[in-house]
Amino acid sequence: MNKGNSMKNAAIGILYLLPAMVILGVFQIYPIIKVFLMSFYTQYNYFQHIVFEYGVGNYIQLATDPKFILALKNTSIFVFGVVPTSMILALFFAALLNSKVRLKKFFRNIYFLPFVTSTVAISMVWRWIFHSKHGILNYGLGFLGIDLIPWLIDPDWSMVSLIILSVWKTLGYNILILLTGLQNIDEQYYMASKIDGANSWKRFTRVTIPLLSPTLFFVSITSLIGSFKVFSEVYALFEKRPGPLNSALTMVYYIYDKMTNQFSYGVAAAASVVLFIIILTITMIQFLIGKRFVHYK
Amino acid sequence: MKNKVLRIIKYLILVIGALVTLIPFFWMLSTSFKTLGEVYQMPPGLLPNNFNFDNYRVVIEKTPMSTYLFNSVLVTTIVTVGTLVTSILAAFAFSRVKFKGRDIIFTILLSTMMVPSELLITPNFVILSKLNLINTLTALYLPWISSMFAIFLLRQYFLGIPEELYYAAKVDGCSDFKYLIKVMVPLTKPALITIALLKIVYSWNEFLWPMIMVSTPDKRTLPVGLAYFMTEAGPNYHLLLAYASIIIVPVIFIYLLLQKYIIQGITRSGIKG
Repeated sequence: MNKGNSMKNAAIGILYLLPAMVILGVFQIYPIIKVFLMSFYTQYNYFQHIVFEYGVGNYIQLATDPKFILALKNTSIFVFGVVPTSMILALFFAALLNSKVRLKKFFRNIYFLPFVTSTVAISMVWRWIFHSKHGILNYGLGFLGIDLIPWLIDPDWSMVSLIILSVWKTLGYNILILLTGLQNIDEQYYMASKIDGANSWKRFTRVTIPLLSPTLFFVSITSLIGSFKVFSEVYALFEKRPGPLNSALTMVYYIYDKMTNQFSYGVAAAASVVLFIIILTITMIQFLIGKRFVHYK
Repeated sequence: MKNKVLRIIKYLILVIGALVTLIPFFWMLSTSFKTLGEVYQMPPGLLPNNFNFDNYRVVIEKTPMSTYLFNSVLVTTIVTVGTLVTSILAAFAFSRVKFKGRDIIFTILLSTMMVPSELLITPNFVILSKLNLINTLTALYLPWISSMFAIFLLRQYFLGIPEELYYAAKVDGCSDFKYLIKVMVPLTKPALITIALLKIVYSWNEFLWPMIMVSTPDKRTLPVGLAYFMTEAGPNYHLLLAYASIIIVPVIFIYLLLQKYIIQGITRSGIKG
């Protein structure tokens, strides 16, 4: 390659990259820097885009806002409700589908259906299902002799409802990923363990789980990140409010509320940064744990 | 004998799982054809007494549905086509054009895949307001017409095409661009369909972003319109779920017709849109 040619190549390369680079640069990379800056704007004229003052005021405001603390708490409860439940159920179903089953693809495709549906629209449907007097859920539970449960009205139940809906919605995606992981495990390992006289439970815990650990690890990270960002479900289930007595106030809802109802963009930015740092920290911790327990071939 | 019992239990669990998945969809469609009286009838009827599209007609009359639909289709189309165009061009540069700094650019862009889009909402709102694009349809598609995920996926496919083909075409005097359009794009059709479908599903269902960006009815997309209709409809769940069906059913059709591509895209990458 002579020099002229490499210059020409660089020009051609940049030309091809330009459209993607401009869009990603302006709307994905610059905003990352911008959101950190914004979180330190304490005096900001939104209409003229003039920043009068920088400081940590927004973060102090967050730390002293009982609503934000509640949003943190609620989101954590939600995440710890959804992620393990969805993972255990998904592993169970994926293992079932991976054994000798007919109509494997048929079942897999049905389970995956919720993933492609609009969250807002399907949450409306669940709102009707959860209806305490006329919902089919309570009607069905009535056959089991269970009294009417105030799913969406009672602060003690609202988070449970939200978790049920989210497990229902994320299950198919997790089943699909885990099933793909299971199908990639080499038959040889099972043959070997059979010869060694391992029973099916032992095979599952000693062979399947370790070999599936990279996939399990991947699913746990994506589920966690996804759950931390819950918003549309809350909005639709509780008719635009964050649940009875703020019992379903989540972090993204808090950010949304700060932006659209209170126009406090600095505080919203600070809350976004906090959310980002939490997600990043958990991902890091998972990687560290993963390093110890995840078996890559 | 024991094996037979186990097999029956296995299928029973799989069927129950399928039922639990499908019941909300079934209930949505069933309710959307009921009258208000049937909606609140106890015990609830499994199916409506008669199937007519009255509720759908009422919803279309009561809301600016045609505007919402137009906006949704427009935004989804532009986002999808835009993503395909920018990704094809960028993936070509990342897989075939060798130049200094290419890999650094790739790494920097790759880092955007780690960032949750919720983090970008506040700064992007301000960026777009500086560009005077608040409450415009442009704001709904412009930030999303490129995706590093799509570039990344496509680059993998492009790298799978033998380089010799490229050099042979060059010797024959075929231009880069012509080679890209005539050879690489046709060879990676399945990947392009996958990217397109994921983008369609994603932007058709997108809610938080248009909810924040748009304030007047003439700029609303279908999901945003549904959120406003929720207040209007109140306890009229037959109307509300007719509206929900209008959003959900088209995507289910696309999914059932082309699930092979969607499933492929998800399993290959595991990352969303």
